[in-house]
Amino acid sequence: MMNEQDFIVQADRFLNGEMDSSERIAFERYCEGNPAAAEQLATHRLFLQQLKHHADRAAFKSTLAVVADRYHRPDTTVAEGRWEPMLVALWNRFKVNSLVAASVAIVAVFSTLWLSGYYKTIEKTTTNYSALRRDMNTVKQNVNAQNAVIRNINNEKQKEGQSEGHFGATGFIISPNGYVVTNYHVVKDADSVHLQNTKGESLRADVIYIDPTNDLAMLHISDSAFSPLKTTPYTFKEADSDLGEDVYTIGFPRDEVVYGQGYLSSRTGYAGDTTAYQLSIPVNPGNSGGPVIDSRGQVIGIISGKQTGIDGASFAIKAEALLKSISAIPMDSLASKLTINRKNSLNGLKRTDQIKKIQEYVYLVKVY
Amino acid sequence: MSDADLKTVDGIACGDAAVLESLYHDYFPMVLHMVIQNNGTEEEAKDIFQEAVIVLYDKIKQGNFELSSKLKTYIYSVCRRLWLKQLGSQERAFQDVSSYEEVIPVEDDLAKHRETEVQLSLMEQALDKLGEPCRTIIHDFYIMNLSMQEICEKFGYTSADNAKNQKYKCLQRLKRLFFSTR
Repeated sequence: MMNEQDFIVQADRFLNGEMDSSERIAFERYCEGNPAAAEQLATHRLFLQQLKHHADRAAFKSTLAVVADRYHRPDTTVAEGRWEPMLVALWNRFKVNSLVAASVAIVAVFSTLWLSGYYKTIEKTTTNYSALRRDMNTVKQNVNAQNAVIRNINNEKQKEGQSEGHFGATGFIISPNGYVVTNYHVVKDADSVHLQNTKGESLRADVIYIDPTNDLAMLHISDSAFSPLKTTPYTFKEADSDLGEDVYTIGFPRDEVVYGQGYLSSRTGYAGDTTAYQLSIPVNPGNSGGPVIDSRGQVIGIISGKQTGIDGASFAIKAEALLKSISAIPMDSLASKLTINRKNSLNGLKRTDQIKKIQEYVYLVKVY
Repeated sequence: MSDADLKTVDGIACGDAAVLESLYHDYFPMVLHMVIQNNGTEEEAKDIFQEAVIVLYDKIKQGNFELSSKLKTYIYSVCRRLWLKQLGSQERAFQDVSSYEEVIPVEDDLAKHRETEVQLSLMEQALDKLGEPCRTIIHDFYIMNLSMQEICEKFGYTSADNAKNQKYKCLQRLKRLFFSTR
């Protein structure tokens, strides 16, 4: 009878096939003759099988883990190695960000331009045309400032000036019973219109007709202090005047009547406008609406504006356009008949005498 | 089974890394797709696939391995079953794309796999409790097939007899641990 330790040694050798045939037969005999030993051998064999299975499986699992690791990793290393796809990948990654950034930039640029008044400047510079109405607010402010100084000196209470929007321009009589023409841009947005003649009398007037296309407006003096005048000394020249024609104008670039002299320099106005002339004549804000008169005392146009940045480019609406505009006024709606003088009483007179006669018919238009 | 499948099976049986790699290459994308399509992540797909390979390994190790279908179908079916179970335990939704691959019943194999898993975890526990150096001695002698003389030298025992005694004691203790936890 073997002890247990020896038996296990024998069993290990038997199971490993290390025994030679005689030993093997002897061992098998021993087991056959000894049921306890046979059972022990069976248990041992099963146990070793389990052990082996466990070891194999553990080894397999670790191999599998290594393989899995190797399989899952290459994605990143391969991607890093290539250059062009990296650019593509970067683009894909930051596409949304860059689009957002671009749109923010666009919005920022244009809103900044808009806020800083860039577009208004563009508008101003592209339209070099400047209407010649006189903004009196600056004058008024200066006067107010002066008043304030005086007030402080005299220690007296005075009322502040009351008017707000305040423009000055020129207008002239087209019909002696109180019809006056001026520019539309002068009376646009007007609350009330007052006319002041060279004697300094102020008369209230109503706007009875506007013609924005030709920049013309007809006024009617509705003030009771107005007494109808004699027929106008000047006439209106319907035909186009020639280049180089000697012309002059009378207007109110300041509160006093101002004479300006020049010549007709082009048959078309701003940007090829055929309803206007280009004149070379000194005009300033406030001259708008003034008559342009040739040497024979005929009104050939109405001062309307000038081109900024170019010397001696003033524009006048042709008398032809004025007459067309007048004939478009619905006569029925007028309080009294609008009559255009056909007989010129200025022809042959000296320039100074002409002006003396004309200035009575020219008004300073004040718009509130 | 096709020749290629048979080759793969043999490779798995002996734990050939190259065969396992090609197994990943051929079948993992399909499993990844299935898992991602059904509320899963890539990590989960990796786990599922790894487990399926082990199921396959267990089946092969049981001997007389026979497949009525393609290896691909088998792997897909196992993975699907495993994923379904995991989803069920987490109460997540599963809308299978059944038309994607044909499916064969694999419940028996999975049951056997679980049984093996339990058995082997018992062995693992016993080995853990056994501790060193017994564990290494047992491993070296029975798995690595080292002779007692080599073990004696490796562990610095004074004689081969001493080593034999030590090995015997370790084995007896391991058997006790293993059978007592059963």
